[in-house]
Amino acid sequence: MAATKPIHVLQLYPRDMNIYGDFGNALVLQRRLQWRGYEPVLHSYDPEDQFPEQVDLIIGGGGQDSGQDKIQADLLRIGEKLHALADTNTPMLMICGLYQLFGHSFRTREGRDIRGVGILDVTTEGTDTRLIGNVVAESKEFGEILGYENHSGQTYLGSGVQPLARVTKGEGNNTQDSHEGARFKNVIGSYLHGSLLPKNPAIADFLISAAVQNRYQETILPAIEPAGAAQPVEELTRRARATATRRPR
Amino acid sequence: MSRLSATPRSFGAALGSIGSVLLGRTARTVSKLRGSGGSAFPGLVVEKVDPTFLARTLHRLPRGVIVVSGTNGKTTTTKMVVELLQGQGLKVFTNRSGSNFTRGVVASILGEVRLNGKLAADIAVLELDEAHAVHFVKAVRPHHSLLLNVMRDQLDRFGEIDTTAGMLRTIAEHTTEGVVLNREDPRVRAIAHSLKTQEVDYFGLSQSLRSHFPSDDDFHSGPAAADDHPDADVVLEELTDGGGRFTLDGESVETSLTVNGAYNTFNAAAALAVVRQTLGDTVDSPALIKSLSKVSPAFGRGESLTVQGRSLDLVLVKNPSGFRLGLSSFAPTGVATMIAINDNYADGRDMSWLWDVEFDSLAAEGVRMISGVRAYDMALRLKYDAVEFDAVEPDLRLALTQFLAANPGQPARIFCTYTAMLSLRKFLGAYTEVEAF
Repeated sequence: MAATKPIHVLQLYPRDMNIYGDFGNALVLQRRLQWRGYEPVLHSYDPEDQFPEQVDLIIGGGGQDSGQDKIQADLLRIGEKLHALADTNTPMLMICGLYQLFGHSFRTREGRDIRGVGILDVTTEGTDTRLIGNVVAESKEFGEILGYENHSGQTYLGSGVQPLARVTKGEGNNTQDSHEGARFKNVIGSYLHGSLLPKNPAIADFLISAAVQNRYQETILPAIEPAGAAQPVEELTRRARATATRRPR
Repeated sequence: MSRLSATPRSFGAALGSIGSVLLGRTARTVSKLRGSGGSAFPGLVVEKVDPTFLARTLHRLPRGVIVVSGTNGKTTTTKMVVELLQGQGLKVFTNRSGSNFTRGVVASILGEVRLNGKLAADIAVLELDEAHAVHFVKAVRPHHSLLLNVMRDQLDRFGEIDTTAGMLRTIAEHTTEGVVLNREDPRVRAIAHSLKTQEVDYFGLSQSLRSHFPSDDDFHSGPAAADDHPDADVVLEELTDGGGRFTLDGESVETSLTVNGAYNTFNAAAALAVVRQTLGDTVDSPALIKSLSKVSPAFGRGESLTVQGRSLDLVLVKNPSGFRLGLSSFAPTGVATMIAINDNYADGRDMSWLWDVEFDSLAAEGVRMISGVRAYDMALRLKYDAVEFDAVEPDLRLALTQFLAANPGQPARIFCTYTAMLSLRKFLGAYTEVEAF
């Protein structure tokens, strides 16, 4: 691949929604695109910014309650653009706070309804208990998904989405069912950080593969990273995952 | 205080202070004999049978209590405040054993109190964990409090940074005379708005140093504008070779320091400010600076050991801002670097924080050894930052042995989380004199 092939990655609200190492997800996408010969172009979008014309992949993170308040109005403002991108199969990964706001609504403990952008058919209710700890979840498509949750909102899925995975350790979306995360077309919502993508490269490669397919109609190769690396990333990932499954909640 | 009067008359109160002191000391002996080493256990016993023991004892101190809290720098700053006050001729009680919970304070008192329940001290300086400080200040109202910062840390315990900021606010509101705030931390600075009767002073940084100490907010968006900054009583103006230049109430003072690292130099500004507020006009400034220059690092905080004839620095890292400061405070060249990351309860279980630290500064010379329970999380982190490393060995004892053997005669630096540091110090005892914890 001699000619540069840019892939435009948009980080949604990195200034206010970045609390749990969500930058790690951007970095992993960036490197894994480079290792395959694509040129990642990272865009940051904060409230009032100009929405970039070219967007191939969107990621977003979690925030404080105050951070969510700051971006909510702006998110609704760009809602139409996001809907159009989701409908045309643009891959997106929304973690924690932005996962909640990608749903229809968030009902706070005080009974106030915060409107979400409604790309995912989910609703969230604030509770007094925080669900905190290591999570292991099982997905047919991505295998075992490992991460760490820390949220007081509990999310319930409607019929328009599939669960991303089923929890085998921890709570995931809520304390009632075993669902973790949600999936609609190529949009993934999840409560898991850690960051999510470093230890779950199957999800990273799914996002990249969808972006590359949409933009260049190309299929990505499984082999990555320049050959000859002393410690191959696959081996480090495998060992980091093995540790994560053994750790206490 | 309502909490005290509402407490039912307990077994311990009936016994009086003598009974509680004796009981606590017995518990201390028992726990030592059993070799459990838990410094807080005797405190727990006394807390259960005599819940007002702490308040009764501390209320008798002529100059009251100073509380030090915040995410980063509590231990070193508390040690500085203690030694500055001692340099001014005061007898100081402190909870030096590292038990920064209420029962740890009780345990420390039991070690020093006379049988009649009186402490032979003029003033107490207490390092308190944010969450425990909230309970403490409702029982014992401090005369002064020093609030350092609110950083991303222990989110698995506290949930949100804003929650932690609320805890510091509660401490300030329960302080009777004066509060000292970090001007450079927006969440700490804002606490001033909810204080009405207390004197408020600030410590801060010069404009040119602000970019050297980025907050978590700045990390993603650059430092905020400084026009709303109030005047600070103590300002760290510049970092000098082995020390710093401060402005104290408009007067410029330069001093060398025994403690390492830019963050400890900023902690010195905090300590100066709270001591100046506490002593007011009676402060002896030359003596203050002299004491400051002699303060040695607290346990594991920028400690420098000599191992096999070369220097070995232990740098405690427990959250993104602390790790970033640790990396920027020491030159990365000419030194063998090891990183040890555990995820035990005291370290925090969530590994997300490693991804909020940039490791580019280590790229030039690479990392010799990665260790700890989460060694492979750390290795993956460096891999994605294109920082080379030689070896990964999760077992800390093996890793330390290999690290020292593979880099003979080279100055060494180990960045480590809290429980990794505890283990490493134990293993280092085989090579060198390590001060007992």
